[in-house]
Amino acid sequence: MTRSIWLIPLVGLHLLILLAGFVAPYDPTAQARTIPFAPPVRPHLFDAAGTFHLRPFVYAVVPSGDGYVADTSHRYPIRFFTRESRYAIVPGLENDIHLFGVDAPARISIFGTDGYGRDVLSRVLHGARVSIIAGLLATLCALLAGTALGTLAGFVGGATDKVIMRAADVFMAVPWIYLLFAVRAALPLQIDTRAAFLLLVAVLGIVGWARPSRLVRGIVLSAKERTYVLAAEGFGAQPLYVLRRHVLPQTYGVVLTQAGLLVPQFILAEVTLSFLGLGVGEPDASLGSMLGTLQQYHVLASYWWMFAPAVMLVLVAAAYHALTSFGHERARLVAS
Amino acid sequence: MTRRLPVIAAVAVAALLSALPLQAAPQPTPIAAGEEVLVQRHEVGVPGGRLIVALRAEPRTLNPVVSADLPSREVIGRMTADLIHINRLTQATEPSLATAWTRSKDGRVYTLTLRKGIRFSDGDPFDADDVVFSFRVLMDGRVASPQRDLLIVGGKPIEVVKVGPHTVRFTLAEPYAAAERLFDSIAILPRHLLERAYADGTLQDAWTPRAAAASMAGLGPYRLKEYVAGQRVVLERNPYYWKADSAKRRLPYIDELVFLFTGTEDAQVIRFQNGESDVLARAGADNFNLLVKDQAARRYQLADLGPSLEYYFLFFNLNDLSKKNLPEVAARQRWFNDLAFRRAVSRAIDREAIARLVFRGRAVPLWGSVSPGNRLWVNTALPHPARSVAEARATLKAAGYSWRADGALLDAHGQRIEFTIVTSATNPQRVEMATLIQADLKELGITVRVVPLEFRALLDRVFETFDYDASVFGLGGGDADPNAELTVWLSNGTNHLWRLGQPAAATPWEAAVDRLMQQQLVTLDMRERKRLYDRVQAIVSEQLPFVFLVAPHILVGARADLGNFQPAVLDHYTLWNVDQLYFKTPASDRR
Repeated sequence: MTRSIWLIPLVGLHLLILLAGFVAPYDPTAQARTIPFAPPVRPHLFDAAGTFHLRPFVYAVVPSGDGYVADTSHRYPIRFFTRESRYAIVPGLENDIHLFGVDAPARISIFGTDGYGRDVLSRVLHGARVSIIAGLLATLCALLAGTALGTLAGFVGGATDKVIMRAADVFMAVPWIYLLFAVRAALPLQIDTRAAFLLLVAVLGIVGWARPSRLVRGIVLSAKERTYVLAAEGFGAQPLYVLRRHVLPQTYGVVLTQAGLLVPQFILAEVTLSFLGLGVGEPDASLGSMLGTLQQYHVLASYWWMFAPAVMLVLVAAAYHALTSFGHERARLVAS
Repeated sequence: MTRRLPVIAAVAVAALLSALPLQAAPQPTPIAAGEEVLVQRHEVGVPGGRLIVALRAEPRTLNPVVSADLPSREVIGRMTADLIHINRLTQATEPSLATAWTRSKDGRVYTLTLRKGIRFSDGDPFDADDVVFSFRVLMDGRVASPQRDLLIVGGKPIEVVKVGPHTVRFTLAEPYAAAERLFDSIAILPRHLLERAYADGTLQDAWTPRAAAASMAGLGPYRLKEYVAGQRVVLERNPYYWKADSAKRRLPYIDELVFLFTGTEDAQVIRFQNGESDVLARAGADNFNLLVKDQAARRYQLADLGPSLEYYFLFFNLNDLSKKNLPEVAARQRWFNDLAFRRAVSRAIDREAIARLVFRGRAVPLWGSVSPGNRLWVNTALPHPARSVAEARATLKAAGYSWRADGALLDAHGQRIEFTIVTSATNPQRVEMATLIQADLKELGITVRVVPLEFRALLDRVFETFDYDASVFGLGGGDADPNAELTVWLSNGTNHLWRLGQPAAATPWEAAVDRLMQQQLVTLDMRERKRLYDRVQAIVSEQLPFVFLVAPHILVGARADLGNFQPAVLDHYTLWNVDQLYFKTPASDRR
């Protein structure tokens, strides 16, 4: 069970992303039009004269020629629990206290700004929230449907099994990305981009049920032939009881492993769509739409901090990979 | 990562091209007695070398009669010549294949004297029959040339009559201001090569990229040597070209002109940056800045020529939707048709920010259709109201709009104001402009959604189904003359984007614009034409069918040792004087 230590980054990452509004210093859609593509601001402990300051501070950036320079004439200490733009952690619970910030006119953009002067850190956090929620919702859909249908097929068997498994074959053969293109194209323009997005999530989940359902079916098939299951049935246990008490627990490991695989897969699906401009629309951020700007050569070549969403994506995928390993280990434990 | 492949391919192609020995280029023929060669007074250059240019896409055809796409025209323009030419630097007309011309007093009859003793690129002589043939082909409805509409004046084709072996008379049904400008870029065709195809009705299919070089000829500085589908087209010097430098040496200087097909603007820029192409025809501001930063390390010259003649604008769907089943769009048209609404939108848009953020400062804010780059025709008296959200709100308030407690704008019926801007997904600049407008209008309490669409889907909505609210487009960039804008401002014009296909002008001000545009068309006095066109610009900037945003600069580049490089704001920006270009350093020192 030492592997569960790897779950700490996963939980930490999700906490960070869940609290995006609080951790992010700025509103992710607020434009600071005087500082497009400003490089990351560095917190300092020593000022330009070499004097040490206990409280870290930043300098304001001012445009100079083609780039930016730090204006060292004034220090802006980093403050905690500052009041900035309003946000909601969950709908209805609004607040305007941010974890950290600096006094205007300086801005603490520690991941730099994008082409509209929007804070990249704030956008990465909010964008990751959108992408991860998409991944989680789609996974939830896929696993619920997959487990239910897989159990049904395995436990009932016969014609039901055949129909469900052939349907699963069909769904696995569907090239989901083209399906998503088709769905997005068929949607009317006037639909709210968030609503369109949720619909896409649903499509992802519905297409994704096939693989988990097959795996669950296999486990259910083998579990229902076990001697203790037969014994329970011999003592007169009802099928639902057998299912709940003896069969379904066998599938947990597989379901957890599948979750670990599906979440990053669906996050990537969302990223792909947004990268191609078919996901979340401007001005809202998602990891994919942020990475989409890297399709432009000048961004790719000039502004390295615009790769921040890619780093976040790798972290998220790695954290879920850890979850998969954990699930795998657990499945082994259960099996032994 | 897919980006690497083209780069590797580009390096391979460049290595291959530079490894190929220059096959003996055709030497210019000596200038014959009686040949009326046009002697140009530019810096005398050194002959030789190969100029490589990266095209955005592969040309669809090499046939000047049917070409419509930009890459085709870029290549064909180097292989053909026109009768009267617009000088890209001075923007004035100058003799080309016609040495002189006269206009009758009523402005309807033009008599052109043709250059004597000159030859097509295959050595066949040129005379009035070629001119008459060319115009017959272009105005033939069966051929369906995209240039045909230009040559229909007053509803009738121009009458073209051969008066002598080197004299042609053009008769127009109506007087047409600046008619001599019509001749620019109309390629004169070799009758001896195309007459049979025309008689057979197959002329529009002739001269495809796969056609044999020997089956083609033109009067331009270059002729086809080789076409490699999907890769490049190679042109070689036309040994009979009819221009010479002041040392009486026949032009052009450069032996070979190679057009590579790249695919995207980014790929064009990368090739230029790596020294794999010699001329960058046009760059976006972002890429241009990237090249500027890198300029010291590389050997190229870059030029910001200032504002182009193009104008970008936001426009609303004002089409008559009574025959379309679009109740939702029709409901929103209540606002779009409201002049106060359009004025408030215009007032709230931060044009300076668009110029600064989207074009990195390489664009000028616009309040009218004519860019300041068009010095001859711009109406400098138009007001340039600064951005003011307060003024915009006051305008809305006076027109009966109000605000909800949460700041959302409501119309007089209490309906919340929200609309969609559709743009082309492949054009990041337009998406960025729309995103800035979205943030600007949020300050008025207007919710704007930005929807990038695939380009053809966008055109379908704007030109066919009318299922859209608003869009960001760019137009212009052709000739400086107002006649180039007829299709936009005439109420039955094909580019009258906001309200297409009108049987009659829908509003009094559109009727007034129609009258003014028709009037300037038949007015021969330049000052009077300017007065009429100024009035058009004033009406348009008051009525705001287009909310003008910016005019981007023309940004070009060439290798540092390219002599006589004189880019211009008119198309073709860099290769318009390709016959004068030359390499200052000998080929052996270059690659």
